[in-house]
Amino acid sequence: METSDQRQAFPQRKAASEGNFYADKHHEIGPGMNPRIQRLRKRSVETVPSLSIERALHETAFYRENYGKYSIPVLRALNFYDHCQKKTLYIGADELIVGERGPAPKAVPTFPELTCHSVGDFKILNNREQQPYTISDEDIATYAREVIPYWQGKTIRERIFSHVPQPWQAAYEAGLFTEFMEQRAPGHTALDGQIYHKGMLDFKAQIAGEIADLDYLNDPTATDRFEELKAMDISCDAVILFAERHAELAEQLAAQEQDSRRAAELREIAAVCRRVPAHKPQTFREAIQMYWFVHLGTITELNGWDAMNPGHFDQHLAPFYAAELAAGTLSREQAKELLCCFWIKVNNHPAPPKVGVTARESGTYNDFTNINIGGITAEGWDGVSEVSYIMLEVIEELHILQPGNAVHISAKTPERFLHAACKVIRQGHGYPSIFNPDVYVVELLRQGKSLRDAREGGCSGCIEVGAFGKEAYILTGYLNVPKVLEITLNNGVDPLSGKKVGIETGDPRDFATYEELYAAFVRQLNYIVETKIRVSNYIDRMFAKYAPAPFLSVVIEDCISKGRDYYDGGPRYNTNYIQCTGLGTVTDSLSALKTHLFEQKTLAMDQLLGALAKNFAGEEFLRQTIINKTPFFGNDDDAADEIALQVYADLLAAIDGKPNVKGESFHLNMLSTTCHIYFGKMTGATPNGRLAGKSISDGTSPSHGADTHGPSAVIRSLTKLDHSLSGGTLLNQRFLPSLLKRDEDIVRLGQLVRSYFTLGGHHIQFNIVDTATLKAAQESPEDYKDLLVRMAGYSDYFNDMNADLQQEVIDRTENEAF
Amino acid sequence: MTQSLIFDIKRYSINDGPGIRLTVFFKGCSLRCRWCHNPESLLPQRQKLYSRDKCIACRACVDACPQQACSLDDEGLVTDASLCQSCGNCAKVCPTLATEMTGRFYPQDELLAIIEKEVPFFDQSGGGVTFSGGEPLLHMPLLLDLLTACGERHIHRAVDTSGYGRSEDLLNVATQAELILFDLKLMDARRHKKFTGVDNQLILGNLSLLAATGAAIEIRVPLIVGVNDDAQNLHQLAEFVARLPGQRPRVSLLPFHNVALHKYVKLGQKYESGTMQTPDSEQLQQAAEIIGAPGLDVRVGG
Repeated sequence: METSDQRQAFPQRKAASEGNFYADKHHEIGPGMNPRIQRLRKRSVETVPSLSIERALHETAFYRENYGKYSIPVLRALNFYDHCQKKTLYIGADELIVGERGPAPKAVPTFPELTCHSVGDFKILNNREQQPYTISDEDIATYAREVIPYWQGKTIRERIFSHVPQPWQAAYEAGLFTEFMEQRAPGHTALDGQIYHKGMLDFKAQIAGEIADLDYLNDPTATDRFEELKAMDISCDAVILFAERHAELAEQLAAQEQDSRRAAELREIAAVCRRVPAHKPQTFREAIQMYWFVHLGTITELNGWDAMNPGHFDQHLAPFYAAELAAGTLSREQAKELLCCFWIKVNNHPAPPKVGVTARESGTYNDFTNINIGGITAEGWDGVSEVSYIMLEVIEELHILQPGNAVHISAKTPERFLHAACKVIRQGHGYPSIFNPDVYVVELLRQGKSLRDAREGGCSGCIEVGAFGKEAYILTGYLNVPKVLEITLNNGVDPLSGKKVGIETGDPRDFATYEELYAAFVRQLNYIVETKIRVSNYIDRMFAKYAPAPFLSVVIEDCISKGRDYYDGGPRYNTNYIQCTGLGTVTDSLSALKTHLFEQKTLAMDQLLGALAKNFAGEEFLRQTIINKTPFFGNDDDAADEIALQVYADLLAAIDGKPNVKGESFHLNMLSTTCHIYFGKMTGATPNGRLAGKSISDGTSPSHGADTHGPSAVIRSLTKLDHSLSGGTLLNQRFLPSLLKRDEDIVRLGQLVRSYFTLGGHHIQFNIVDTATLKAAQESPEDYKDLLVRMAGYSDYFNDMNADLQQEVIDRTENEAF
Repeated sequence: MTQSLIFDIKRYSINDGPGIRLTVFFKGCSLRCRWCHNPESLLPQRQKLYSRDKCIACRACVDACPQQACSLDDEGLVTDASLCQSCGNCAKVCPTLATEMTGRFYPQDELLAIIEKEVPFFDQSGGGVTFSGGEPLLHMPLLLDLLTACGERHIHRAVDTSGYGRSEDLLNVATQAELILFDLKLMDARRHKKFTGVDNQLILGNLSLLAATGAAIEIRVPLIVGVNDDAQNLHQLAEFVARLPGQRPRVSLLPFHNVALHKYVKLGQKYESGTMQTPDSEQLQQAAEIIGAPGLDVRVGG
């Protein structure tokens, strides 16, 4: 997820965009282990995403006909069943793993029950330059006639916006926070190993048992539970039907197929689809197809954030791989080919586009399915297997946008695996990202998970942790922490709009001490968080009541035994997160205020406010003084790091442990995805010298260019924070390829990761930067002060070199072939 | 309090010995190698650096200078060397770091605290601290105290030296270091004097003495086309190293890069190695073969 984020923010090496391998004369068709994979990959990366109105048409007709006849959970399940029964199927040439959410690869359905696109939205999506989704005029006309009128006023989004209080609206519009659930359903879900041991028929038997045990005389919730369980049962049937229809189609195609080898493959596809998901998988291939049908089921039923995640996919597949390899029914090459097919399947599923499209808040096709590789098992053992290594090969060879991937490096992880992962990182695609199970297990334990459930957990779409297969961990939206400081400096008013968006915490000119100023910031922070949580709780109830997800509930543990929906407290654990963005920017801003206003007293509040109001125009001396003469976060300087610690503590105090509507709690994580760019646009100049509109800092990373003492200093600063109190932190580090030239440099990179994780880091990600970035660094050096370049016998900061030398480095880097 | 004049401290240093290291650069050197890429390392005193491209001509330095040594013209800041007393006031007020002072006196305890912060990285990588320069041997007995203190803290210690110093100092230092990075440039005495300003007899003698103690040594050879890349020099160098007593040191070839010009400009000095050339990969390969001929372990890169 951070990869796309990074791509938005900075130029990346050309090879980081899809499809450009075609220029390579050795691979005219593109990379891939064999012609089948090359063709599948080419088709996937070259297909432009389009919008499919099929799901919306089915759903609208179904709702028109049936709304009011059934309980909401049963209505939702029947609606899902209806679509599985009617939807256009796709089995493409060369495919071994089958199934698409839309009628064809990259054909993305809409979800009008959540949020209904307007004609205008479709036109923007069709025509916009970045990340377009094509749609025909005819489809737009059909949508306008059949779909839009029915959903007018009935969508979840409209339910939310018609009920939110004015203070929320004001803060939301000012960009103080975002709200995840106004366009998509709660998600960020990852699965555990259940579906490899149970087929849908097994789940149905379990559901039937629960229904039989319902006590209508003594249990006041028995009727609601019955409706939910009935809905789950129907949704199991829906997915079985969906697979059966694929089996039939494959048999038909086999009968028509001239090529006898492909005909045999199609018959094999049919056999697999007759087995899974009805029954538990018995082979490596069935296990992958099992997951894929469950994945498709959940992302067709609703449009949850981060699509769906297989969790520790390598660990789930390893027993199948080992058994088949021993039995001689599968070779390593075949296993790899099947994984390539799966990878390409995920790439075929771009994120459903938002409405009211400005593409400001998030502009990426990435739907954030994230494959966890390595790590530890539920028993606490090393989870790396041969499948983990095969997956790294697949990632390196295919080089596609989706799925995202992350390696998990515990103290028990073998060096060989870390080294293999670092070699992939050196390719400069920005992945895999690296997670620390030894810390996230503690994070999950602190939140109340059992040790076993914590170890089976991990990170789904981004860096947020959850107990895979047993938890609804709902990300509710990002918090713009620097903006909270901005309105504190304006006594509750947003200087960009002049509107009052916070509470009055006093005229900042009257603050005699830094402590007074900081206390005002904390009051403002608490107000904003409470304003957000109030509406998050309301939204949670809207989804529980009007958009339950019975199929998702089948595969998340305890929903069946509780007879409650995933959105209604059914899972074993139920967490809400608020993602805090801009720690670096707010720390540096507070540090600038503390240093220059209150300690050195070389700057008056009035003068600073004036400079901020005019975006430092004519105030370059002041701005440069702040940038160069202030302790900033990320340099292992306690003067700045202690401010970060205080902000972190107060964010925790404001958020952590606040009750949610499921009897559990809110927690925080320090994620930004692409939102630091949007928040930057919504935030004026900040006291750290950042100009208005420039992005704020991402995750827990230092502000752009603020860290000038190398990666070990960044790590020392970051690990002063206790990551185990969060639900995830994010650290982006930029390196030049030349810093990773020799094999031993890659060893050093691995050791740097080990050091960070030994000190308690949660996540780290490296961007191996390229020429485009170097050129951008020449144009705006202050944003790239942290760029390390490996020179002759030493390393140096790119920014410290003159133009000629920079040019030499640029030229040299371009010549380096990895 | 004992203080050392340091011109740089580099964290995540991966080219100055094993593992992830922290390299401390002492200021002051007896040699004047024409290719030197750290000209700010040479003089044992604080010096003013100026970068024209960062200057916003705000005049803060002009106003702050108690000696009236600073003035601005079309080319930026002009410092009258006859008036400047290197007080550093100009650097203190400069908002953009266009003017900086190189060289800072570090009390030993502060330096040790900085080094100790890196211990987690040393522990994970088998790294440690490297004392480089300038010439660390010019910093006795401070260097020895620092090495001893690091040793007490179980930190791996390397010292990067030109070998041009008192033999007694070198041998003492070697007892408190796990690795000596020993620079060898030219075997011909006359050419050595011409290109570095000093005689190489002391250096070669020191190397022999050091090797005889059994100290772990890595020979570092900066390879500069037209200066020391000729077969004769490399052959003599390899023979000399191969005949040293004790364990055979590894030899690292460090290809010269014409990268230090901007540093000379910042110091307001001329760069004499402007015409020197970077060896290409073929030249490096040839040099590695010659040095490796007597059975030495050679690698390219620091």
